[in-house]
Amino acid sequence: MKRSWLSFPYLIWMIIFTVIPLGLILFYSIVRIEDGGMILTMGNFKRVLEPIYLAVFLRSIKIAIISTVICLLLGYPMAMILASKEMSNKSILIVLFVIPMWMNFLARTYAWMTLLEKNGLITTFFNLLGIELPMLLYTESTVILGMVYNFLPFMVLPIYSVLVKIDKAVLEAAEDLGAPPPIVFSRVIFPLSLPGVTSGIIMVFMPALTTFVISRLLGGAHFTLIGNLIEQQFLITRDWGFGSALSVVLMLMIVLTMGFALRYEKENEGGGLW
Amino acid sequence: MHEEIIRLIGISKEFDGQKVLDNINLYFNRNEFLTLLGPSGCGKTTTLRIIGGFETPDVGDVLFEGKKINALPPYKRKLNTVFQRYALFTHMNVYENIAFGLKIKKKSKEYIDKKVHEVLSLVNLSGYEKRNIDSLSGGQQQRIAIARALVNEPQVLLLDEPLGALDLKLRKDMQLELKKIQQTLGITFVYVTHDQEEALTMSDTIVVMNEGKIQQIGSPVDIYNEPKNAFVADFIGESNIINGIMIRDYYVEIKGIGFNCVDKGFSSNENVDVVIRPEDIKLMPYKEGSIDGVVESVIFKGVHYEMMINDNSYSWMVQSTLMEPIGTKVGMSVAPSDIHIMRKVKGK
Repeated sequence: MKRSWLSFPYLIWMIIFTVIPLGLILFYSIVRIEDGGMILTMGNFKRVLEPIYLAVFLRSIKIAIISTVICLLLGYPMAMILASKEMSNKSILIVLFVIPMWMNFLARTYAWMTLLEKNGLITTFFNLLGIELPMLLYTESTVILGMVYNFLPFMVLPIYSVLVKIDKAVLEAAEDLGAPPPIVFSRVIFPLSLPGVTSGIIMVFMPALTTFVISRLLGGAHFTLIGNLIEQQFLITRDWGFGSALSVVLMLMIVLTMGFALRYEKENEGGGLW
Repeated sequence: MHEEIIRLIGISKEFDGQKVLDNINLYFNRNEFLTLLGPSGCGKTTTLRIIGGFETPDVGDVLFEGKKINALPPYKRKLNTVFQRYALFTHMNVYENIAFGLKIKKKSKEYIDKKVHEVLSLVNLSGYEKRNIDSLSGGQQQRIAIARALVNEPQVLLLDEPLGALDLKLRKDMQLELKKIQQTLGITFVYVTHDQEEALTMSDTIVVMNEGKIQQIGSPVDIYNEPKNAFVADFIGESNIINGIMIRDYYVEIKGIGFNCVDKGFSSNENVDVVIRPEDIKLMPYKEGSIDGVVESVIFKGVHYEMMINDNSYSWMVQSTLMEPIGTKVGMSVAPSDIHIMRKVKGK
């Protein structure tokens, strides 16, 4: 390609901000620096396998899966409604749906904190009615709520973009061949929307697995997910080696999930985001 | 012999205040190849969609075997549609596409296998069961769409410009093939097209539509030879349409020249449209015909030459196997039976 020089700026960007950091993470995860000497070690990875850290991994995966499933259950019908509306209403609905995303992610999460805290809006309201609510903040459910709230658009938009592209004639053809609406959905609409579903799942699952802000703000200091654990290693305990090892394991997990999803999508020849 | 299967009674339909169909009355016989023919926007596709159940008429009734089916959803109707852009299921292979309707009807595996095999051989695509839809050519996709509809053994097959996306050669082949399939199966085909040649080739009955109204219903021969009005004459084949005055029965005056004709029943001195097909005009030596003119242009069309001959006020289209060079002065004559007199369409 003659125009290959056009890609140089991007290539340099990639090297500085992706390749080198990745190399550093790998380097720190397998090397221990002692008295001016470097020792190759698998100690960091062995530590990842300790039960206490495995428990953090499992909890993170569990919460990420629950959030993703809830996003899918809420998001799919939402995407269908968006896709079925007439043009004039549709754009308003989509804008309404996207507007919260323009607001800062932290601000949105803090908003939930003030809503849910001990003397917050919701508790006060129920107290006035004479109903004593349990602690709303700093529970697993709150963290899941925060994830669903923040990541729902990433589920809805890819599914929506696939649904609107489905040819109406194909749905009419299914009905013409004797399929009542529920079967049109299960045999035609849903299978055709799978590429969007796959993209949505990836786009929700990945940030849900790695976030540390939502779990810290809504889960409290004692609620640790992988993201929090990694953050602690770098910022508090200053154990870069262990932090890097955790990052590497997390990355491998994501690469594996994505690889699986991608392969699935190729088989279906979908046209999603990935 | 002619047993009626579908009847449309006084169907009207509006979209956003625009009248698309205006009091359509029409019936379809068993084992008939009926074509709805007209320019785009004439309401032919809407008529088809009303029969298929994808639109409901604002006014009027749809009868199927004598029973009113206005509100019956498409999936309960005993007819199938072949869609314009095929509308195949891209996430299924050929076999699954064709078997779709039968699976929903919970037919046995053996039955489905047998039927899919049969219908694939009917459309000359045996052995394509496992193929992906995307790997098929346009013509093959079209055949699969037809097979997918036919496998359900509908009594009526609706076809919405099914050959529109194919190239000319393939279209001609498919026309003959469709006609053959219709005759083999002995079912009713309702065919929508804007291509008059296609309609003339395949149909038992042609319904010419324009602006939501039926212009003429008849056999291809009737429609071509005895067009009811200037629109039909103009739409079906090439025509010379000239103003004339009906002096009396069997006698019309065109540009002051009197012609004998075979039409009657007009009031005397009524203004009429006179339609003369370009192939019905005979070229004669200068001054020997009824009208004289000068050859303006000549186009070679394969079977014949198409010449424009100007008589000082009107350019006649004439088709002849003999060529007269540009600038030649010629005479023209027309047999009385080839002069078609039509009432003027009101408001035009």
